[in-house]
Amino acid sequence: MSSFFERVTRTREPRNTTSGSVAKDRLKLVLIHDRTDIPPAIMEELRDDLMGVIARYVDFVREDVEVHITRESRRSRLVAEIPLRNQPRTRSRR
Amino acid sequence: MSGQVLTVTSGKGGVGKTTTVANVGAALAAEGNRVVCIDVDLGLRNLDVVMGLENRIVYDLVHVIEGQCRLRQAMIKDKRVPELYLIPAAQTRDKTAISPSDMVRLAEELRSDFDWIVLDSPAGIERGFRNALAPADKVLVVTNPEVSAVRDADRIIGLVEAERKGPAQLVINRVRPDMIQRGDMLSVDDILDILAVDLIGKIPEDESIIIGSNRGSPVALDPDSNAGQAFRNIALRLNGQEVDFFEPVVKTSFFSRLGKLMGRSS
Repeated sequence: MSSFFERVTRTREPRNTTSGSVAKDRLKLVLIHDRTDIPPAIMEELRDDLMGVIARYVDFVREDVEVHITRESRRSRLVAEIPLRNQPRTRSRR
Repeated sequence: MSGQVLTVTSGKGGVGKTTTVANVGAALAAEGNRVVCIDVDLGLRNLDVVMGLENRIVYDLVHVIEGQCRLRQAMIKDKRVPELYLIPAAQTRDKTAISPSDMVRLAEELRSDFDWIVLDSPAGIERGFRNALAPADKVLVVTNPEVSAVRDADRIIGLVEAERKGPAQLVINRVRPDMIQRGDMLSVDDILDILAVDLIGKIPEDESIIIGSNRGSPVALDPDSNAGQAFRNIALRLNGQEVDFFEPVVKTSFFSRLGKLMGRSS
């Protein structure tokens, strides 16, 4: 049972949903986009070229390829995620 | 010894650039440095009123750049501290009246006579900002603990680095420890973590700043002002001293103290 004192002294919301932490999460997201100086069209071109090269070596799921820029501290990193296609099953069905 | 150019900028308007220039300038001068503050925000002159020198303007920055007066004629001496001067912005001209190379030349001229040349940059990332950044040796980026202001600070910090004027140092203005404590404000650590820069000052939200600007008297000259102390600490850090960050005491409410007294944590 919460006493009167607990009710008046309790911080209003549980941690992680306070407006301060909401602000921090929103900032982190918006900055990931802001810090990417490369225009979307150029990223598309880069993605296409990259896929062309990789397709010469391995089979992958084209529609799931993701190319984006991440930031750690003030350093940028180009990250490409290329899900490889599962090898076709050789066992024939009965 | 050659003076240093300190550019104070922010990206977002209204976060306290001019207040920071007036107060850091006054604090540096009060410590015995020779200081000139220059309002680079052409067309939106403000530093003169915050410093309380608006009634003494005859010539301005554009007159100096265009050679219509001598440099010394445009410098207004602040009478409260020994070596503090202001070069006001032009009110009827815009940012295109001067160029980054004009500012570099002006700064070169001033370096031999002053320890600190403090530039009040306009908001934004355009010509006026470029004018203020061009001669900078050190850059202070002012922000508030708000999403929009921190976002703009991030952009500015990136531009300062791109111009090889970095690393910028951060001033967080209008900090409310009570709101941070209850989780309703971005904390200083949150902001430093996100921006990945060094902190040079955190200024508590303080009525005395508004009162000071009402009177045209920088709070850095008021020994009783908390915000004034925070600005004086920035001045000390600029001169290479290590000063602990100002930790204002969070006022607890009557009920939380009473609750603690009754053995219940809050």
